[in-house]
Amino acid sequence: MSRSPRSVVAAVIPPLVFGVGFLLIWETAVKVFDFQPYFLPAPSAIWSAFRENTELIWEATKVSGLNAFVGLVVGTALGVLISFALARFRLLNDVMTPLSVALNAVPIFVLVALFNNMYPVTSEVPRRLMVTLVVYFIVLVNVARGLREVGATALELMHSYAASDIAILRKVRVPNAVPYLFTALRIAAPASVITAFVSEYFGGSQNGLGSRIVGNIALSNNAEAWAYVLGACLLGLSFFLVALVLERVATPGGVGARERVGA
Amino acid sequence: MTGVKAVEVRGLSKVFNAGKPNEVPALVDIDLVIEPGEFVSLIGPSGCGKSTQLRLIANLLEPTTGEVLVNGKPARTARLDQDYGMAFQQAGLFDWRSVVKNVELPLELKGWDKARRRTRALEMLELVKLPEFAEHFPWQLSGGMQQRVAIARALAAHPPLLLMDEPFGALDEMTREHMQAELLRIFGETATTVVFVTHSIPEAVYLSTRVVVMSPRPGRITDVIEVDLGPGRDVDTREADAFFKKVTEVREALRGIQPAGVEPDIVQVVDEP
Repeated sequence: MSRSPRSVVAAVIPPLVFGVGFLLIWETAVKVFDFQPYFLPAPSAIWSAFRENTELIWEATKVSGLNAFVGLVVGTALGVLISFALARFRLLNDVMTPLSVALNAVPIFVLVALFNNMYPVTSEVPRRLMVTLVVYFIVLVNVARGLREVGATALELMHSYAASDIAILRKVRVPNAVPYLFTALRIAAPASVITAFVSEYFGGSQNGLGSRIVGNIALSNNAEAWAYVLGACLLGLSFFLVALVLERVATPGGVGARERVGA
Repeated sequence: MTGVKAVEVRGLSKVFNAGKPNEVPALVDIDLVIEPGEFVSLIGPSGCGKSTQLRLIANLLEPTTGEVLVNGKPARTARLDQDYGMAFQQAGLFDWRSVVKNVELPLELKGWDKARRRTRALEMLELVKLPEFAEHFPWQLSGGMQQRVAIARALAAHPPLLLMDEPFGALDEMTREHMQAELLRIFGETATTVVFVTHSIPEAVYLSTRVVVMSPRPGRITDVIEVDLGPGRDVDTREADAFFKKVTEVREALRGIQPAGVEPDIVQVVDEP
């Protein structure tokens, strides 16, 4: 679990060098080939657009971020709840699992267009509903697997102790599913942010990062659009990092820190 | 309670998928009585039903016919009373629990309070000589150490009977011999009856007071060999004449038993040029 300062440095240096190098090449290319701003703005131009519009970007980030967060929390809660029901009731599992897997393979965020019709134009509910749905499926599929795929030896052992189904659930299935939940969250956290942006493309208030990106592109404010993209990246990254930190904190003995099947 | 047998198996048979096209008779006509304090090995080629027999004793499987008594009770009652501990080929420790918490598991299920659980679990780790690893996690331990924790867990509730299904099968030869010596020491210290499934002849002879030889298709007992090497077995025992004699005896008993999956006529074709 504990990493030496040297190994942290060793882990950080290569991507840092790569990132800085990439930005330098981008900047130089724009200057040398004289790209027009509507084609590709230089990183420096994007940065100054970001600095000038920090407050607007922050406002938009709060809107999209809150949508993503609400959807993430509700979707996770719902996914965990239903996966317990599936683990308990065989029939429900046989009905629900193929459906969930199939729906998970479809780009379901287009459903937001339908949700928009159900609510007032300025409502954020359709977007949150969309995020909830996306997160729900990711969490459901993973946690249900964690509850179900328990080693044969573990089950025989528990039966040899005459353990009840509830005891097996509490002492084997739930702890076994914890790493699966965090794997799901690591996928679902950035997905919730992306879904929140994309949901904004289908109408409603022009207040989030997604709609601001589209709006600025429509006005040929390319540097501003990229500045909002930068904000979107930071939001997605922060969601991912929070999921990662939660995983480290919540799994005892660093189980989550180790390689797992499906992780 | 003199006269109560540790294990009594009468007219036992087990058929898997009974009545279906893929019906497999796994065991027929098994009779076996094990006295308290015995160390009995079940040996035979794979497919002879030795693991099945162990699971029937453990009541993890239900017999097709016949009955199994453990401590004079029906196997199911014995299981519900946690009258036996079990160890498997895989240690089967829970990754999310520390070593000492793994050992506490059967005591938790019995409803012991925390302090009593901890005291007993630490005693058991003392017994398997791993007290300093109590707070480690299973994946920080070697295979042999994990198996010792599994034995500590199986014995934590002080069951009168220990059922072991090839517990050292996945270990290397050196670790294996060490673990055998450790098991004999624990067997001597705890006065537990042991039923041990293996397919290693020297392992069966070295550990057991009695070796039960089984044949496949369907599984039945073909021979029972007493091993009177005395209680104080050590490294020298493995090099003693009496040990080799017993190994030969068990090997002869196993000879002529057709390994599962090899049909006699195929052997014929190979033999004739």
